[in-house]
Amino acid sequence: MSFPLLTATAVLPALGAIATAAVPAAKRTAAKWLALVVSLATLALAVTVLVRFDPDGARYQLTESHAWIPEFGVRYELGVDGIAVALIALTAVLIPFIILAGWHDADPLETGSKRWRPTQGFFALILAVEAMVIISFEATDVFLFYIFFEAMLIPMYFLIGGFGDRAHEHGEETAATQRSYAAVKFLLYNLVGGLIMLAAVIGLYVVAGNFSLTEIAEARANGSLNMATSTERWLFLGFFFAFAVKAPLWPLHTWLPNAMGEATAPVAVLITAVVDKVGTFAMLRFCLQLFPEASKWATPAILVLALISIIYGALLAVGQRDIKRLVAYASISHFGFIIMGIFAMTSQGQSGATLYMVNHGISTAALMLVAGFLISRRGSRLIADYGGVQKVAPVLAGTFLIGGLATLSLPGLAPFVSEFLVLVGTFSRYPVVGIIATFGIVLAALYTLVLYQRTMTGPVKAEVKHMPDLRVRELVVVAPLVVLLIFLGVYPKPVTDIVNPAVKQTMSDVHKKDPQPEVEAAK
Amino acid sequence: MENLIALLVAAPLLGAAVLLCGGRRLDAVGHWIGTALAAVSFVLGVVLFADMLGKSPENRTLMQHLFSWIPVEGFQANVGFQLDQLSMTFVLLITGVGSLIHLYSIGYMEHDERRRRFFGYLNLFLAAMLLLVVADNYLLLYVGWEGVGLASYLLIGFWQHKPSAATAAKKAFLVNRVGDMGLSIAIMLMFTTFGTFAFGPVFQATGALTSGADAPGSEGKLTAIGLMLLLAACGKSAQVPLQSWLGDAMEGPTPVSALIHAATMVTAGVYLIVRSGDIFNAAPDAQLAVTVVGAVTLLFGAIVGCAKDDIKKALAGSTMSQIGYMVLAAGLGPIGYAFAIMHLVTHGFFKAGLFLGAGSVMHGMNDEVDMRKYGGLRKYMPITFVTFGLGYLAIIGFPGLSGFFSKDKIIEAAFAKGGAEGWILGGAALLGAAITAFYMTRVMLMTFFGEERWRHAPTPSPAEPSVEPAAETRGAHAEPHPHESPKVMTIPMIVLAVGSVFAGAFFGIGERFVKWLEPVTGFEHGHPPVSALTVTLSTVAVMVVGVGFAYAQYGRRPVPVVAPRGSLLTRAARRDLLQDDFNHVVLVRGGEHLTRSLVYVDHTLVDGVVNGTAATMGGLSGRLRRLQNGFARSYAVSMFGGAAVLIAATLLMRAV
Amino acid sequence: MNPVNYLYLAALLFTIGATGVLIRRNAIVVFMCVELMLNACNLAFVAFSRMHGNLDGQIIAFFTMVVAAAEVVVGLAIIVSVFRARHSASVDDASLMKL
Repeated sequence: MSFPLLTATAVLPALGAIATAAVPAAKRTAAKWLALVVSLATLALAVTVLVRFDPDGARYQLTESHAWIPEFGVRYELGVDGIAVALIALTAVLIPFIILAGWHDADPLETGSKRWRPTQGFFALILAVEAMVIISFEATDVFLFYIFFEAMLIPMYFLIGGFGDRAHEHGEETAATQRSYAAVKFLLYNLVGGLIMLAAVIGLYVVAGNFSLTEIAEARANGSLNMATSTERWLFLGFFFAFAVKAPLWPLHTWLPNAMGEATAPVAVLITAVVDKVGTFAMLRFCLQLFPEASKWATPAILVLALISIIYGALLAVGQRDIKRLVAYASISHFGFIIMGIFAMTSQGQSGATLYMVNHGISTAALMLVAGFLISRRGSRLIADYGGVQKVAPVLAGTFLIGGLATLSLPGLAPFVSEFLVLVGTFSRYPVVGIIATFGIVLAALYTLVLYQRTMTGPVKAEVKHMPDLRVRELVVVAPLVVLLIFLGVYPKPVTDIVNPAVKQTMSDVHKKDPQPEVEAAK
Repeated sequence: MENLIALLVAAPLLGAAVLLCGGRRLDAVGHWIGTALAAVSFVLGVVLFADMLGKSPENRTLMQHLFSWIPVEGFQANVGFQLDQLSMTFVLLITGVGSLIHLYSIGYMEHDERRRRFFGYLNLFLAAMLLLVVADNYLLLYVGWEGVGLASYLLIGFWQHKPSAATAAKKAFLVNRVGDMGLSIAIMLMFTTFGTFAFGPVFQATGALTSGADAPGSEGKLTAIGLMLLLAACGKSAQVPLQSWLGDAMEGPTPVSALIHAATMVTAGVYLIVRSGDIFNAAPDAQLAVTVVGAVTLLFGAIVGCAKDDIKKALAGSTMSQIGYMVLAAGLGPIGYAFAIMHLVTHGFFKAGLFLGAGSVMHGMNDEVDMRKYGGLRKYMPITFVTFGLGYLAIIGFPGLSGFFSKDKIIEAAFAKGGAEGWILGGAALLGAAITAFYMTRVMLMTFFGEERWRHAPTPSPAEPSVEPAAETRGAHAEPHPHESPKVMTIPMIVLAVGSVFAGAFFGIGERFVKWLEPVTGFEHGHPPVSALTVTLSTVAVMVVGVGFAYAQYGRRPVPVVAPRGSLLTRAARRDLLQDDFNHVVLVRGGEHLTRSLVYVDHTLVDGVVNGTAATMGGLSGRLRRLQNGFARSYAVSMFGGAAVLIAATLLMRAV
Repeated sequence: MNPVNYLYLAALLFTIGATGVLIRRNAIVVFMCVELMLNACNLAFVAFSRMHGNLDGQIIAFFTMVVAAAEVVVGLAIIVSVFRARHSASVDDASLMKL
C-alpha cells in the first residue's frame, strides 16, 4: 500500500496541534516555533501533493478508502481533484503566515499564573483548524466531509471568542462583550446551517443508500439513481444553505463582519481566506455534482443573491468606520463574485471562481495582515484615528496599498485574472448580470481608495507620529504574499492548468456547454 | 528584433522595481537610474524605428508572442506584442517626451526628499504606457490601461500629505474606473461575439460579420462595443462626461502634468479609438457618438480654459479641448484617423513644452500658480519665455508651426463629413480654434507681459489648494525672486520647443505622416464642401480674432490681482461649468446617503431579523424555564401525569 | 388462588408508593415509597411469570432487586450527605438545582 499522503497532510497539523497544546506554560516561544515548524512541514506535504497530482490524470487522485462505519455505509474516503489541490495549497501556504503574523497576539497579559497557557492554545487551535479544513477539502465521503465541516466551528469559536482584538473604542470591557457576541453569532449561524445540512445528508443517505460522493455522482450520471425533482431540490437547498452561510451569501452574511471585526487580524484572515473557502468549494463539489438539475433550477435565484452580495457588500464597505469590518464587507462582495462564477455554469466562470478563491485568500491575507500590524501599533480599529501613516511608515503604507490594489482587482495582480474570468463567464451566459456586476469594480475602487486615503495620506496625526515601520518579522509575512500576488497576476498558468480539467468535469456533470461566439474568428 | 519590444517595456519596469524596492540607499542616484532607463527605452524605440523604416510599408508590423497568460477552456489570453506604425508612433512619443521629462524632473524635484520614489513612479508609468500601446490584444491593453491609471493615481497624489492631492488622486482613479468598466464590458462583448479579443482576429471577424449574411443584426453588437470603447476613452482622455478629474489632477507635480496629463496618458483614449478603427468603421452610430463627444469636449475644455486663473488648470482645460479635437477626428473614420494621431503627436510636443514652461515659471515663483500674481516675467525668464511662446504659437495654430498643420487638417476633415453634421462639427472646431487662441493669449499675456503684479502680491492664502508643499521649504511667504531655471530643466524645454515648431511641417508637407500610418489606419481623402484653402484661411482668421479679443482685454488693460466677479458664464466656467457640483450633489452626497442608510438597514433589518429570532427564542425559553422550579415532587407529578397520559393513549389506540 | 389477585395487590402497593412520593416531604420516606413502587413492579413481574408459565419475569425481578440495592446505596448516601449539610431531610428544601 502506498503512503497515505492525503491523510498525512491532514494528520500532521492535527498532531502538531496536540503537541503545541502540551508545551509547558513557561515555554511559550517554543510553542510558537513548534507551531510554525509544523505548519511549514504541512506546507511541504501540500507541495508534495501538488507535485504528485497529475492534472491530466483521473478525476480523483491519491485516493484512500477504508471502511469506517460499515452499518451506515460511511467510509473514510479521501481524494483530490484540481480544485481541491489548489485550495489545499492555499491553506497550507497561508497558515505559516497567519502563525507568524499572530506571533504576539496571544501573549498572556500577566505571566504570573503557571497554569494559564493562552499562547499554546492559540497556536494549537490554528493548527487544528488547518487540519480540519484540509480534510474537508480532501473528503469524498459526504458524511466524513460533514463531520469536519462542523467540527471546524469548535476551534474557530474559541479563536474568535477567546483571542479577540483587545482594541475597542469603548474600552476592554465592551471589547470582551462584543467578542463573545461575535463568537456566539458565528457559532449559531454556522450551526443552524450545519443542522439543515445534516438533515439533507441523512436525506441523501435515505435516497442513495451510501455516502460516497464518487459513487452517488456516478450513479446520478449514468441514470441508475433517479431522484424525484422535488427531492433533489430539497436536498440541494439543504446543502446549499449551509454553504451559503459559510461562504457567506447575502442575506446570511451578518456574522462575518462581527467575527472579522472582533477577532485579531490573523484569525480574521483564517476565517475569510481559509475557512469560508470550504463553503464555496463545497458548492462546486457537492451541490453541482450531486444535484445538477436542482443546481440549474436554483441558478437564477442564486445569481440574484450573488449580485446583491457584490453590490451590497461593496456599498456597505464604503460606509464602514472600522478597518476590519470594511475588509469583511469587501470580502462579502468578493464571495458574491465567487458564487456568481460557480453558478454562471461556464468554464470561464468556474475556473475564474476557483482561481478567485485562491487569489482572494492571498489578497485578503495581505491587506488584512498589514491592517492588523497597523492596528496593533495604534490600538484602534477606527479609520478616523489614522492619517498620514504614509509619511512615517512608508513600507507599511506601500504594502497596504498593494493589498488594497489587489482587493480592487488591479490588472497585473492576481485577483484581476480571476475577477475578469468570472465576469466574462457570467456575461457570456447572462449579459445583464455581468454588466451589473461590473459596477462592483468601481465600488471596489471607491472603498479601497477611501480607506487608503483616510488612513495613509493627509497630515500626520499626533498619535501616529512615532509609529514604527514594518519590522523584519512583519516584512517576512507580507513580502511573500505580495510576490505571490504579482506572480499569479502575471503568470496564473500553473494554477489554471491544475484547475481546468476539474472544471471541465464539473461542467459535464451539470450537462452544460459554454455559449459559443456568434462569429468564429479566424485564427 | 521582436525581442526588443519586450525589452522596451522591461527597461522602465525594472527601473520602477529597483527604485521602489531599493530603499534609501538609492536616494543619491535614483533619479539618474530612472532617467537612464527611460533613455534606454527611447534608444530601443529608435532602433526598432530604424528597423521598421527599412522594410516595405506593408510588412512593417512586428508580432511577438511571449507566453500564454490566462489559458482557460474557450478563453485564451496571451501576452503578446504587436508593433506597427501606430504603436511605433506612440512608442517614440512616449519614450522621447518621457525621457525629456525625466531629465527635467531631476531639476524640478531637486528639493523633494522623496525624489527617488517619484522617479520610480514615473518609470512605472512609462512601462505601463508602453505596454498599453504595444499589446496585441485588448486584455493586455487593459493591463496597461489600468497600469497608467495606477501610476497617474500615485503621481497625482505624490504630495499626499496634502488632503487636496490625495482627494484629486482618488477622484482621478475612480472616474477612470468608470471608463475602465466600459473597456471591460467591451472586451466581454468581443469575447461573446467573436470568441477572442486579440486585435487581428477581432478586426478580421468584424469584417466577416459586416459582410456576412446576418450583417444587419450585427451592427447593434458592434455599436455596443464601440460605445463601450468610447466610454473607456472618455474616462482616460477626460472627455465629457468623464472629464471632471483632469482639472483636479493638476495637484500633481508639474512634470507629471506634462507627461501624463498632457502628452501621453490622456491620449490613450484616442489610441484606443484609432486602434479599434475597424469596429468603428462598421458602426456609424458609435462613430457619430465619438464625434459628438469630441466636439462637445473641445468647446467645453476651451471655455473652462478661459476662466481659470490657475496656470496649470488653464492648460488642463486646453488639454481637454485639444484631445476633443483628436477624438472628433478619430470619430470621422479613415478621413480623420491619421490626423487625430498627427495632432496627438504635435500636441504632445507643444503641450508638454507648455507645461514644462509653466513648471519652470512656478519653480521661479515659489510655486505660485495664480496667473494674476504673475506678470512681466519675460525679462526674468528669457528661455522659458521663448520656449513657452513657441509652444503658444504652435497651439493656437500660427501658420507654419506644428499646431497649424495638424489642427487645420482636423477642421477640414470635420467639414468634409458632409451635410448638416459636417457644418456643425466643422463650425464647432472652428469656434474652438478661436477660443483656443483667446485663452492661450490670455495665459501668455498674464504670465509674461504686463506689470509685475507679484511684487506686492499678498501671500498665497492657505485656502488656495494648489500651493505646492515644497513651498514651505522655499519660504513661500517671502516676496518671490523670479529666476531662470537650471539647464537640466531648460534643455528639455528647448528640445520640445523645437519639436513644436518643426514637427507639423515635417509631418504635414507631402502627407508624410498620413502615408506612414496608412497601412494601419487606412486613409481616404475628404472632400469638404468649401475648398481647403477657404478652411485654412478662415482658421487663421478666427485665430486672429481670438488673439485680438484677448489682447483687448488683457494686453491693453491692467489685470486685477483679485479676480473680478465676472459674468454668469465666467463663474460657471471657473467651476468647471458646474459639472463637479452636479457630481457632488448627485453622486457624492447621494452615495453617502445610500451607504449610510444601507449600513442602517444591514444592522437593523438584516441583522435585526436574526437577532429578533434569537430574542424570541430567548423569551420563549424564559417562560419554559419557570416549569423547572426545583421541587422534586412537582417533577414527579409531571412524570406520573406523563406516564398516565401515555398509558391512556396506548389503551385508547388499542380500543380503536 | 387466582394469580390476578397478586396483580391487584401490586397495583395497590404501587399506588400507595406513588402517593407517598408525591405527598411526603421527608426524603427517607420518599425513598421508601420509591422502594415500595419498585417492589410492586417486582410482584407484578412474578405474577405475570406465573400466569404465562414463562420464567422471564422472575429473572427480571432479580435484576430489579440488584438495581434497587445499588440504588439504595447511592440514594441513602446522597440523602445522608444532604442531611449533614443542611440539617434537614425535606425534599422541598433541596430545590437549588434549577436555572
